[in-house]
This record gives sequence, structure tokens and C-alpha cells, in this order.
Amino acid sequence: MQAKLNKKFNRFSLISWIVPILLLVIWQLLSLWGILSERILPAPTEVFHAGVALLKTGELIDYIGISAQRAFIGFFIGGIIGFVLGLLNGLSSIAETLFDTSLQMLRNIPHLALIPLVILWFGIEEEAKIFLVALGVLFPIYLNTFHGVKSVDKGLIEAARVYGLNGFSLFWNVILPAAFPSILVGVRFSLGIMWVTLIVAETISANSGIGYMAMNAREFMRMDIVVLSILLYALLGKVSDVFAKIVEKRCLKWHPSYQ
Amino acid sequence: MKSGNSLELQGVKKDFGEFEVLKGMDLAFKKGEFIAIVGKSGCGKSTLLRLVAGLDKPTGGKILVNGKSLNGLNKSSRTMFQDGRLFPWKKILQNIGVGLKGDWKPKAMELLEQVGLADRANDWPSVLSGGQKQRIALARALVNEPDILLLDEPLGALDALTRIGMQRLIEELWRKRNFTALLVTHDVEEAVLLADRVILIEEGKVVMNKEINLPRPRQKDNLQYSSLAAQILNRVMQEGQMEKQAIHA
Repeated sequence: MQAKLNKKFNRFSLISWIVPILLLVIWQLLSLWGILSERILPAPTEVFHAGVALLKTGELIDYIGISAQRAFIGFFIGGIIGFVLGLLNGLSSIAETLFDTSLQMLRNIPHLALIPLVILWFGIEEEAKIFLVALGVLFPIYLNTFHGVKSVDKGLIEAARVYGLNGFSLFWNVILPAAFPSILVGVRFSLGIMWVTLIVAETISANSGIGYMAMNAREFMRMDIVVLSILLYALLGKVSDVFAKIVEKRCLKWHPSYQ
Repeated sequence: MKSGNSLELQGVKKDFGEFEVLKGMDLAFKKGEFIAIVGKSGCGKSTLLRLVAGLDKPTGGKILVNGKSLNGLNKSSRTMFQDGRLFPWKKILQNIGVGLKGDWKPKAMELLEQVGLADRANDWPSVLSGGQKQRIALARALVNEPDILLLDEPLGALDALTRIGMQRLIEELWRKRNFTALLVTHDVEEAVLLADRVILIEEGKVVMNKEINLPRPRQKDNLQYSSLAAQILNRVMQEGQMEKQAIHA
């Protein structure tokens, strides 16, 4: 049964790659036939060669590493703050009255609009990028945690109290697992924002990372490296989404949608 | 065991704002007694159960549990809800063991066996049928060995055949384990089938308090049974015309 399911899952995941691969093939053919000018978009093979060359010098790995590091430190800081605030405001109505209005106001400021301010504060150091990523991921995780905690079935909480759960055991056994699907939606959403923020931040002000690599390549008219950087972002975005899906599958085994 | 009152209500009142749901109730339940509370929907029978469970506070009067005034949750009682209220993120065995400490697994397994679902210990609740979920809910309520079991229309959502099986199971476990049972139901036949005493509530008042002295297990084709059930059903349907002439057998 399990093997059969796995097979089915694998076949589906293969099918889902057909469209991107087909797009690559069309792109290659258009470049080969000269319909797509080299100055607009270099052929996939050229991008690939550029990637291999950068891989050999070690630059590529360094840049991916530094970008991923910024992304995840920012995500970690922003995620924890959003999660804690979401729990606090979801569990305590005093905290909700105190903080929710302010958070809703802050949420409506596009965090990327803060870039000039952030550059003035931090320059183009690491803090600037981490700050922006943290700010970007904070709100989706806050909102979804808050919503998840708020919408826990009151009947289940009542049943839990009848069965002797209260305080931390109520939170751990009932509120957190009930809010978890919603929290994970926030996490997946945030992972997207995480990369977008990092791309913008690195493109505007950085001296390392994938965004810097792209901007640097633009100066030297290296179209292949520019495109490589863009594809790398797509790939990294997909990788983090796959990771989030795996976590979802593991943690939500009980949920009818995952059975 | 079956001596003394395990539960007493003295002039218990409950209102929600302007609306009086319970208008002063005096009731006493003996240890080990099986009581059925019937009445039309909105008569206050579920409210009564919530007060006894300690989920709501009465606005007047007193509830005595084993002679002591109830304050907060009633720890000697467990409630089985109409919708089961199993925790979907806990496997069946973990659901039964909720809130238990120490070496609870053998006890939980024993109950799981008694409700006939020992082979489902490691399943998620979402794969069970409605009737199976209610059996798990019953096992969960009983694993704590409560003095009082509160049943809030536990069979209301089940189909007729599953209902019969559950009624038998509840009666069997009640005889084995000797707890006081308070069953809220809108099904008069179910009340007569299971209860030592049937209490009818109408507009927040007790209008009938009738002992059922039929031998157990009761048969639905028994003449006495059907005439009693019909008699009570008639009384329920009278719409409070004879409010003052409560029937006492």
C-alpha cells in the first residue's frame, strides 16, 4: 500500500516537472534558430556553462551560501517574533487589544519601502538584509499564527478542560496542534516573501550574494550570469517550498487532507 | 455502593441575561443510578448537564457533589459530548489517555477492548465512522473512572442500528462499572430502555420524575415498556397544558 502510494506520488511529481522542462527546451530551440537574440536572452546551455564556470572558481557556492545564510537568519528572527506575537495575541485578549492595532498598521507598510531608511541605519552590511527579510516574514507568520490560535474549536478546548488539561498542557496538546495547519500556511507564504525581499535587498545594496552577482554581471554585460542568478532564485524558492511541504506532510499526518 | 446521594441540586437556577433557562430545580441522584433527562429542545436539559459538569455556573441555588458544594469544574464527572470531540491530531489510544498521568496505557487499552475497538489503537480519529468515534469518546470518558458520567445526547447523530449497539454498550459498561449516569436525550424510548428514572423538563422546570421498574435488559416488545414509553411521550407532547399535574408513579 505504502509502496504503491509512493510510486503514485513519484509519478505525479515527475509530471509536475514536464512544463518547466518543456519551457527550457522551447527556449533552447528559439535561441538555436536565432529567433531569440543573444542580447535579450542567452541560450540555456550558455547559462549552464556560465554556472559551471562559476562553480569551478567557487564563487557560485560562496554566493549561494551567503544568500541562503541571510535568508534563513532573517527568516528565523522574523519567524520567531511573528510566532510569539501571534501566540500572545491569540491567547490573551489583553495582549490583543494592546498590540494588534499597531501590528495591523505596521503590516500595511510595504517593508521594501523601508530600504532607504534601512541603508541609512545599517549601510549595506548584513544587518540591513537580515532586518528586511525578518520584517517581511514577520507579518504572514504573525497573522496566520494569530488566526490559527483564535479559531481553535471552542468545543475541543472545553472537552480538554473536562479531561483535566489546563495551562501549558492545554496549549501543548490542543491549541498548538489545532493552530498548526494555519501556522504552516504562514510559513510557506513567508518563504516566498523571504526570497523576494532578499533579491531586492541584494540587488540594491550588497557586495556578495546572488543579487550582487547579478548586478555585477550587468556591469560587464554578462547576460548569461544575470539569467543564471534569476534561475537560481527560482530554484531556491522551489527548494524551500518542497522543504515546507515535507514538514507539512510529517506534522499533519492526522489531517484528512494529508491521508 | 448504592447508598447516599452522589449528586444533589438545590434550587438551581440559570439565566442568560433576561432569559431564564432553569427556574429553580431540586433533584437528587443516588450513587450508581441511571437517570435519563428528556424534554423538547430548548427546555434546558443540556444546560442542566453543563451546570453539573461545572462548565457553567448556576445563577442561583447549589449543586452538591458527594455532599460538597460544586465550585469550578466537577472533577468527579466526565462528559461525553454529542459530537464526540476527539482530538484529530492524537491517535485513538492517545485520545483515550488525554489528561492521564503515570502508566495509563494498559488502562486505556482495557477500555478500548471493552468498547470493541482494540485493533484501532494506532489509527487517527478521522478514519473512524461516527459510531466508532462515539465508542472512543465513551472509552475516554470512562478511563478516568468517574463517579458520574454525563452523556449529552451522545447517540443523537448516529443511525438507528449503530444506536442500538451503543445503547447496549452503555448499559453493559454502566452495570460493570457502577457509576452514576446522567443521560440527556430527546428519545423517550431510549430513556425508558436505559434509565432507572426518567426526568422530564419543560420550560426550565421538572414536570415529571418517574421511576422505571422494568427488569434489565429491557425488551422493546415488552408491553409494559411500550405503554410506559407511550405514556411519557404523550406527556412530553402536551405542551405544558398540565404543568401543575405532574405525573408521579
